[in-house]
Amino acid sequence: MATATQASAGTQNPAQVGEKWITFRIWRQESATRPGGFEEFRVPHRKGANVISCLMQIQRNPVNAAGKTTTPVTWDAACLEEVCGSCAMNINGRVRMACSALVDQLEWPITLEPMRKFPIVRDLAVDRSRMFDSLKRVKAWVELDGTYNLGPGPRQSPLEQAQRYLLSTCMTCGSCLEACPQITVDNDFMGAAPISQVRFFNMHPTGAMHAQERLHGLMGPGGIQDCGKAMNCVQVCPKEIPLTTSIAAMNREVNKQALRDLFTRDEDAEEAAGGPA
Amino acid sequence: MAEARFTVVGGGLAGLMTVIKLCEAGQSVDLLSIVPVKRSHSVCAQGGINGAVNTKGEGDHPDIHVRDTLRGGDFLAEQTSVKGMCYAAPGIIYLLDRMGVPFNRTPEGLLDFRRFGGTLHHRTAFAGATTGQQLLYALDEQVRRYEAAGQVTKYEYWEWLGMVKDESGRVVGSVALDLRTMEIRSLPAEAVMLATGGPGIVFGRSTNSIINTGTAAGRAYLEGAVYANGEFIQVHPTSIPGDDKLRLMSESVRGEGGRVWVPKKKGDDRDPTQIPEGDRWYFLEEKYPKYKNLVPRDVATREIFYVCRDMGLGVHGRDGVYLDVTHISPHVLDAKIKGVMEIYEKFVGDDPRRTPMIIFPGMHYSMGGLHVTFESGSNLEPVVGSPVNQATNLPGLFASGEADHAYHGANRLGANSLLSCIYGGMIGGPAMLSYAKNRSGSATAASSRVFESAKQEWVERFDRIRKMDGPENPYVLARELGEVMTENVTVVRRNDKLRKTLEKLAELKDRWTRIDVLDHGNSSNRPLSFVNQLWNMFALGEVMAKGALLRDESRGAHYKPEFQLPEPKTKDPREDPEWMKLWQQRHEKWAKTTLARNTKNGPEISYEPIPTPVLQPEPRFYA
Repeated sequence: MATATQASAGTQNPAQVGEKWITFRIWRQESATRPGGFEEFRVPHRKGANVISCLMQIQRNPVNAAGKTTTPVTWDAACLEEVCGSCAMNINGRVRMACSALVDQLEWPITLEPMRKFPIVRDLAVDRSRMFDSLKRVKAWVELDGTYNLGPGPRQSPLEQAQRYLLSTCMTCGSCLEACPQITVDNDFMGAAPISQVRFFNMHPTGAMHAQERLHGLMGPGGIQDCGKAMNCVQVCPKEIPLTTSIAAMNREVNKQALRDLFTRDEDAEEAAGGPA
Repeated sequence: MAEARFTVVGGGLAGLMTVIKLCEAGQSVDLLSIVPVKRSHSVCAQGGINGAVNTKGEGDHPDIHVRDTLRGGDFLAEQTSVKGMCYAAPGIIYLLDRMGVPFNRTPEGLLDFRRFGGTLHHRTAFAGATTGQQLLYALDEQVRRYEAAGQVTKYEYWEWLGMVKDESGRVVGSVALDLRTMEIRSLPAEAVMLATGGPGIVFGRSTNSIINTGTAAGRAYLEGAVYANGEFIQVHPTSIPGDDKLRLMSESVRGEGGRVWVPKKKGDDRDPTQIPEGDRWYFLEEKYPKYKNLVPRDVATREIFYVCRDMGLGVHGRDGVYLDVTHISPHVLDAKIKGVMEIYEKFVGDDPRRTPMIIFPGMHYSMGGLHVTFESGSNLEPVVGSPVNQATNLPGLFASGEADHAYHGANRLGANSLLSCIYGGMIGGPAMLSYAKNRSGSATAASSRVFESAKQEWVERFDRIRKMDGPENPYVLARELGEVMTENVTVVRRNDKLRKTLEKLAELKDRWTRIDVLDHGNSSNRPLSFVNQLWNMFALGEVMAKGALLRDESRGAHYKPEFQLPEPKTKDPREDPEWMKLWQQRHEKWAKTTLARNTKNGPEISYEPIPTPVLQPEPRFYA
């Protein structure tokens, strides 16, 4: 129900001022156990608008294209600057961040769907905990003695920094998993993001001391060998992280590690703790 | 007796550092966050983190960092905490380096440092232009390590609703809401840390993440915590206006040589690249020959505002000035500030490497927050491990990060926020632990009745909100709140407009009672949570507006032209005795911390003198 108060607050009827309308087809699903379907909305076009600003307009006037009052759409978002990783969704059939999806660069009507490789929470919001679990599995951290002041860290060349920086911007948005044909909502392949994180940590001088533990994390069910080399991940990564380069590099390291494991007995553990050559 | 646990609310830098310190001491922590902690607002910080490591042969020293910070904050900051922070800063940067943060490097492989506003030294360590993201990830990874070891239980997509107090008024836990199932639960804790960030969304559109409603700090204030310096709101000089938010263009753009200018001639509509040097006015460089484009943020913001609003010299006659990096090689830009360049490119569509950016000030940061205390040692730094540090006036409740009031005074220097968050967590965690040890009984020994009744109150409140079906849309009310706060409580403050703001807030609170919650269900009902948050946002709006109304002076980010001191007659104001007299009078009256306490009639404001053991106040000038 559009009230007089709402109209005075900037949601005036755009038809009266000759504005353009954008039609949105948005996936609505109250919860994982309920059936879902599309609902259409018409939103007045504003210069510079993106998908999030349009969803915000719907919040201020939750009426669908048929004129029926409905609930506001649920979606995840936080920074709106493409650094927090929250707002990944399928927009016109392609996974991307909604905050940087400018409506003037999209085909209309605009179709919004949740990512399909993650359990749905509601509407466009999904549960990405499988990604955070993978980060635990591969021990995606530097083993630290403590947060005491122990002086500077190891020296690194500007080139090493530049290489690591490329990998460091992964925001666990899930785009690479969504685009991967090997991943389904109920299988356990970890996808590109955590594999690239192993490379990130194994490139750090201190991180490298525990490289083989991370490589072991990439082995086994759901690990790196499930990659089918479709190369979709690298094409959808909003941060343009060289994911397939990371996968190839880690594949080589995992194979070397597997060989080492074959010839290494427990009593050789101390030697093995020296890390990969 | 159940196992002792601590609750940390907020998964940004301050919260995560608190968690790490508690875990290192062998404690168990419940970590509450409305989003997965890796998505917290700390990711948005672009430019860097300050620490006087002095690797550039400039003679930098923590004492100079202290002085820049206290002076930058116009002597409203809590001095011992600032000293502790600045002295800890080099160690904190080294620690982050050890954690694997990909800081930019010098050819020799050392940490590189850039210049930032309000200082003449290269003091800011940085990881490209996504330093906040890298720092947050580093702490997130360490917390994940403790999570994997079973010491941390994450409650992600959980919202902190309020405190549980025992009969003596001690905070013994929290009531929290599961944002997916809408279940309400009480969580006992030996001590609670609110590291819940800033209140940017009270201003509608700001550079903040849309999760930064300030709801937790607002609620804590409503439940008796003192909120301090609420009127000190930093408006960042350079942001890109947008319908959904104001996107930050980091200070590092100017730190790397970016220049701010407007065409000298009003209505000069030539393409900026076609406007010759002689027709450009680099107004910051002209007015501030020493600091040039790197004057503190409040100064830059007022100048840009003045050039656009009072002189009418904004680009294309509108709000906006050029921020120009086209004279810098694209290679250097990509190596040092690629993240910022990309944001402009993505959201505006122009390549800032080729054409000057158009920017305008945007609400950015709250210097004020929950009032916290510190125990000063003989070295005039906080005694690490003292239960007094980061403590609010409510026993058992602590605050750190942007949610506390202490470190930045009347204006925060760029690249000091990441530092204050981490330092606040570093001393806040140990403070919670010693607080708990000093108490006679465990919080979990409090009668189960207090936990049950606190929870029940919230269950009933949410049941009432869930049924609201009046004519008012909560998101429309939020927009109106943002508009009035941005118009009247940001760059320029006038008492008549501040009074009107308080009237508007009263109107909004009245309309809140006739809200339509829009969704009456129990599955990820975001509007339900938002309607509750909105009430707390109104409370903070009142604290800010009333604090601004009553503070009849200009100081840092709080600028009241009606109460401005006249210009001194000399370039260095200290050489003008008449002016110094005026300054001294003003100083004695107003160099005090604003304290807001919640009463039936709204915020009650009082002032607390600020001890100055570290540095004697002096006039603040940058010319």
